[in-house]
Amino acid sequence: MPRSLPGRPGGSWIGRLLSTRRRHPLAAVGVLVAVLFTTGGAYAALAPTTSQNVQAASSTQIEEGRQLFAIGCSSCHGLDGEGQVARDGEVLGPSLIGVGAAAVDFQVGTGRMPLAAPSAQAERKPVSYSQEQIDALSEFVASLAPGPERPPEEYLDPAAGNVARGGELFRTNCSQCHNTTGQGGALTMGQFAPNLTGVEPRHIYEAMLTGPQAMPVFNDKTVTPEDKRDIIAFLDSVQNEPNPGGLAIGRVGPVAEGLWAWLVGIGLLIGMATWIVTRSSKA
Amino acid sequence: MSAIVNGAGKVVDFVDQRITASNWLKRNIRKVFPDHWSFLLGEIALFSFIMILLSGVFLTLWFKPSMAHIVYEGAYTPMRGVGMSEAYATTLELSFEVRGGLLMRQVHHWGALIFLAAMSAHMLRVFFTGAFRKPREINWLIGVILLLLGVAAGFTGYSLPDDLLSGTGLRIIEGGMLAIPIIGTYASSFLFGGEYPGDDIIARLYPMHILLIPGLILALVTAHLMILWYQKHTHWGGPGKTNENVAGAPFYPIYVAKAGGFQFIVMGVLVLLAATIQINPVWLWGPYDPSVVSAGTQPDWYVGFLDGALRVMPAWEFYVFDRPITMSVLIPAIILPGLILTPLALYPWLEQLATGDKREHHLLDRPRNVPVRTGIGAAFITFYLLLMIAGGNDFFATVLEIPVNWITRFIQVGIIVLPPLVFVLTKRICLGLQRRDRDKVMHGRETGIVMVSPDGEFSELHAPLTPPEAYQITWHERQLPSDPGPATDANGIPNPKYRSKRVQARLSRFYFGDVVQKPTREELESAHHDGGHGHDAVEADHRDELPSGQQ
Repeated sequence: MPRSLPGRPGGSWIGRLLSTRRRHPLAAVGVLVAVLFTTGGAYAALAPTTSQNVQAASSTQIEEGRQLFAIGCSSCHGLDGEGQVARDGEVLGPSLIGVGAAAVDFQVGTGRMPLAAPSAQAERKPVSYSQEQIDALSEFVASLAPGPERPPEEYLDPAAGNVARGGELFRTNCSQCHNTTGQGGALTMGQFAPNLTGVEPRHIYEAMLTGPQAMPVFNDKTVTPEDKRDIIAFLDSVQNEPNPGGLAIGRVGPVAEGLWAWLVGIGLLIGMATWIVTRSSKA
Repeated sequence: MSAIVNGAGKVVDFVDQRITASNWLKRNIRKVFPDHWSFLLGEIALFSFIMILLSGVFLTLWFKPSMAHIVYEGAYTPMRGVGMSEAYATTLELSFEVRGGLLMRQVHHWGALIFLAAMSAHMLRVFFTGAFRKPREINWLIGVILLLLGVAAGFTGYSLPDDLLSGTGLRIIEGGMLAIPIIGTYASSFLFGGEYPGDDIIARLYPMHILLIPGLILALVTAHLMILWYQKHTHWGGPGKTNENVAGAPFYPIYVAKAGGFQFIVMGVLVLLAATIQINPVWLWGPYDPSVVSAGTQPDWYVGFLDGALRVMPAWEFYVFDRPITMSVLIPAIILPGLILTPLALYPWLEQLATGDKREHHLLDRPRNVPVRTGIGAAFITFYLLLMIAGGNDFFATVLEIPVNWITRFIQVGIIVLPPLVFVLTKRICLGLQRRDRDKVMHGRETGIVMVSPDGEFSELHAPLTPPEAYQITWHERQLPSDPGPATDANGIPNPKYRSKRVQARLSRFYFGDVVQKPTREELESAHHDGGHGHDAVEADHRDELPSGQQ
């Protein structure tokens, strides 16, 4: 094999390798791998970090989640989260592909899932899984397809939000169903907007992000993470606000007030009237 | 001491020599008022109205009826930096910065709820006891107008703070006005000074709320009380209590003390409510924004039935000359109040039509003794309560955890089915109570002592009532359905008034056809002859009315 053809530039060994092996059957594959590594590496280095707190999902965590899912969720959602539809078209469990870790964290973390029984709406109830198990389930479902991530801690701190702005956002976007103080309200056919008292900031954020059940999705474009933090701050402020006027009687407004006026107010006064007429009228 | 008495005497004498008031005073200061708890319901209304006036004056000192837009920088931190009207901002100021302001706001609002509740209870008392009968029809009419004015005062006041709840209420008023054919849009434009919400409405409601309506209420309350004073109070019958007298205690000193004391009780209860129970926390609702409607938005209780009617009304709408006629709003918001108020105002005359009775009545009716009137009242209460529940259908759906659609459907059906059912049930209960009264008078009280005769017959011993006891349940008049008389007289000439008399007789039969009459003297004597064992013989004439097995 000749060392090199006359008139050909010398160059380094890489240059020589590339030029001499460029007709090699595996050359295209090699180029592809190199380009993928470069772009992938560049993306990893340059892309904004969405979350610091979310631990990188280890394959063992996903595996643990898969096993938990198979035991607790697959009877309705299918073994691979693909959902199940009965022959008559009734949806036993919707597909979870692409719902993301946030949805799982909300549904399982508030006790809504696993469902006790099919009904108009899943209700908040005691949580059945530990936080590690919920994380594992979330990672498993997130591994099926990309979806909304669990929120970063910095947007969950009520102290960092603007209460007044949050109040305006809440009244504009949320009060239609949840009432101005988050007391909840009725929707059609047995569905309802739940009372938001005592709901953890993380779950409020995730609910806005994923739009569980009848709730619309408020993604980060329509309601930015800062907006969401303000709303969380407002709800926190409203819940912890004292009632300067006395007993709150549910903070639900005129219905409770009317009941009190009739039952307690007029009731007490009629009692007093009955008492006063029984007093001796001897002058 | 004697110097003071002499001095006072001189002053009184000075006044008396000039306006000769002592005669008038002598006559009126000993005016007699009967004693019964239900006669004090109107007083609750009167005293809470005084409380509303007093607290209202306090509120006017700070409240600014302006819709000018400002950015809040007051003491309530969760609202700082939020844009709002001056009306809302000054309401927040009253609540958080003015000393005693929140208490006064709450006294004012609780006072309003109690004022209207007491007026309603008073009206029901007057209705069920027949106190509206001649000569008191005018006072009944004034009462209906007062109730209407009370609702107007309440609603205008509810709208003033310009919070989210009150603004939504005004929006519904606007919707109701727009539903009126032809003039609706003009009327709405006129009220709001242009397109809703405009920036005039608060300033326009304010003089109505603090001047016009309370002035009218005050004038009519005065007339109401003067007529009451002149006509004297009704009372229950009983030994020594007749249609010609009033039995009770004199105004001075007994009633001055009692009513004066009761006034302090009412005021005390109102302040107690206001000091311990939070009402209308407008800072939680937020400032009004026409684009926002919160879940759980309801009006105060006295407008609740109208909101309820709107909520359960099916969506009926049709077009005339390309103009929509929105029956789903027109019927509940405009036609229904008229349908309720007209018969309510005219009821004394409607009943006169049935009784044909033009005499004066100063004795009250026990509700059981006029079963049809009592039934009508109970049916109306049912109708009204159903509409009120409909007004809070979302509230009841979440509290009772039932679908809101079920509540709405239940009320849509119930509003038609339940009032007649309640009418029949109430009437039957009244007739049963009347029958028991009659039985007691004829055979005495059941003692629970069962005797066995030598023949082996079991019977219960009845103890006869004492005369006062018997009188207590028989002092009412015997009410017989009227008879239209023959259509033609003896000579075969037709009676020209026969047709109207027949209508009147039919109404009378509806009212009094199956009233259980108190026993006549003869019936009573024969019953007592039997020694209390003539149960069957005496009641034989009523057998046909009783379902089998009831005896």
